[in-house]
Amino acid sequence: MLSPGRASSLVHVPVTQTLRNGAWRVVELITTPVVPADYLDVIAPLRNPNVLRARIEAVRPETENSVTLELRPGRNWQPHQPGQYVRLGVDVDGVRLWRAYSVSSAAGRADGKFTVTVNAVQDGVVSSYLLRNARRGMLLALDLPAGDFLLPGQRPAKALFLTAGSGITPVMGMLRSAIHELPDVVVVHSARTEEDVVFGRELRELSEQGKIRLIERHTRADGRIKAADLADLVPDLFERETWACGPGEMLDALTEHWTDAGAEELLHVERFRPTVLVAGDGGTVAFERSGTVADAPGGVSILDAGESAGQLMQSGCRMGICFKCVLPLREGIVRDMRDGSLTTATELDEPILIQTCISAAAGPCRLDA
Amino acid sequence: MTTLQRKDVNPIAHLTPEDIEAIGVELDAIRDEFIAKRGEKDAAYIRRVIKVQRQIEVGSRAVLLFSLFPPAWIVGTLGLTISKILENMEIGHNILHGQYDFMRDSKIHSTTWEWDSASPAEQWKHSHNELHHKYTNVIGRDNDLGYGIMRVDEQQRWTPAHLGQPLYNFVNAIFFEYGIAAYDLELGRNLATKKRRNNPAFRARLAQVGRKIRKQAAKDYLVHPLLSVPIGLAFGNPFGALLGTLSANVVANIARNLWTHSVIMCGHFPNGVETFERTSITGETRGEWYLRQMLGSANISGSKLMHIMTGNLSHQIEHHLFPDLPASRYAEIAPKVRALFEKYELNYVTGPLPMQVASAWAKVIRLALPNRKPANDIDHSVPPRREPAVV
Repeated sequence: MLSPGRASSLVHVPVTQTLRNGAWRVVELITTPVVPADYLDVIAPLRNPNVLRARIEAVRPETENSVTLELRPGRNWQPHQPGQYVRLGVDVDGVRLWRAYSVSSAAGRADGKFTVTVNAVQDGVVSSYLLRNARRGMLLALDLPAGDFLLPGQRPAKALFLTAGSGITPVMGMLRSAIHELPDVVVVHSARTEEDVVFGRELRELSEQGKIRLIERHTRADGRIKAADLADLVPDLFERETWACGPGEMLDALTEHWTDAGAEELLHVERFRPTVLVAGDGGTVAFERSGTVADAPGGVSILDAGESAGQLMQSGCRMGICFKCVLPLREGIVRDMRDGSLTTATELDEPILIQTCISAAAGPCRLDA
Repeated sequence: MTTLQRKDVNPIAHLTPEDIEAIGVELDAIRDEFIAKRGEKDAAYIRRVIKVQRQIEVGSRAVLLFSLFPPAWIVGTLGLTISKILENMEIGHNILHGQYDFMRDSKIHSTTWEWDSASPAEQWKHSHNELHHKYTNVIGRDNDLGYGIMRVDEQQRWTPAHLGQPLYNFVNAIFFEYGIAAYDLELGRNLATKKRRNNPAFRARLAQVGRKIRKQAAKDYLVHPLLSVPIGLAFGNPFGALLGTLSANVVANIARNLWTHSVIMCGHFPNGVETFERTSITGETRGEWYLRQMLGSANISGSKLMHIMTGNLSHQIEHHLFPDLPASRYAEIAPKVRALFEKYELNYVTGPLPMQVASAWAKVIRLALPNRKPANDIDHSVPPRREPAVV
């Protein structure tokens, strides 16, 4: 709690540490039953050492359907590496939903800020919410950067970036971070129209300056690029270390093409995780810690189904009012048996605590229990 | 519903089983409507109340550093009392009900929240959410009903020990948070036999309460009084400063206890509120459960500020029907619920705070004595109250 990093340089670590811990316990007594940081949250929500947040400091529209958010991360943030993504928790109509966004700014900015660029996708609850409602000063929940879609420390002599739509965002982060270390870069980018190209002006400028060779494809007019056609556009295709980001079918086709050519170790792909699950009626419920798997028909509560399958579960009122039976849903959809409302957890969400006594499976579910 | 049926005026005699199920369907529809509405507004509301409460608390604590001076003592004590009441009622009680779990914010969630009360959240949730809200006003199952020590219904057998119940009730009011901790622990039952006393699960819960009380007491009665000593020293009266802040905390805690006790008494004790027998709830349908909540609770009418200070438990009827809906919505729900009471000719018990408190106390005092008439002959001299709804 007491910034251990600073204490480590002192000679009498145990003594100062003991004193500090003692002092801290007194501070904790001042604020019990909550912790001091809860009071700090009132004035400085980014200083909380236990909850990582980000504040939106600027909102810049990129295209009609995309917006760049400049974020100031809170305490205990760890800087990203170019190409990584962050998970953001956005309160959409009061409910926190988590999504992953690639960092689009250069790594190691002096002001400590970073940007993500959000593209409103069809039926995208969070992306369209951010497009309409993101404002300077808004707080978002934040998770540390993650992902292995990275440039190697030993920069490649020849690089190729294959992107489509919002797939440009991690690549833009890489280019902004390392363009001066990449002697030979080809960017093949597809978007529906010229206006839909996110970072279009910046990419074209880089191209004019000779820093990249840009091949821009507008798919509404010219159709999609086929993997087989790439060799015509980029003659030294399989001599280049390649990073690809875009829709799943594009990445599948590229992976197949590179594998057929025996060059799969040259291809790095970043997939956007699907966030839309389709609700059905009933499903298997996996209790991941115990290993129990219960078959839960649509009309049976997860509590009843779990107990029938031999899972030991906490329960109380068994009618949805006491919240004793809640368990974390890691992934899946459940239906509230009282009102039919659906709760969806994707692997990007923080596990969602669901009331097992009134929730029925509406598809396969994984519970952290 | 046998307790009701033994009364000479049965408030539900005119309802058919179909009526009762229809009431359930209508209440479910109201619930669906407000589940659909629940969202950003409710999230913003609870965050704002928490923020305001913490500001009042910090402000009052700061003023109490100067508790040596009577005006500072008065302002600080008042502020501390208000912040403690808000923290317990509109914030703690409602969050621990899971009313804001929908937000998926781990900081404001029934599983993580802890409150400024002697009873640890976990134990209180068991006795309150699980027992009191499921078995509302069922004699022998609902510990809130007379807190296991009082006679609150003519149907309960009188013993001479009940003569003291006005005194017990007053003492309980002063030390209410400890009373709650005691009946969350079911002390009466668990201390009765050696076997129960030595039950490791009970021991663990007892230790948990002990730790919580120690921390709470250290904060209010030791650390904060000590914090005002330096300013006392500066003005040459450290002992006065220590004592000033200590007494401010004692007064604030007692004032909150009296307030919460009054509010909670108004929820289930006033005349017109019904109790139920243990056997009456076996095989209870959803409609019957709803009906029991309707008959077993009473509201308090008053201003918006009063509603907030009671944690909206002034809408006890709505709270008991929909304990998991955000309490700040109860005022909006109340007219719909009240219309349903009228449609089905049921008694919507409500009244201003002083009247409801008086009515509840009158019952406690009346039932301290044995029944004047045979047990099934109920005193109906007090007519059911039907005041206009205050929204």
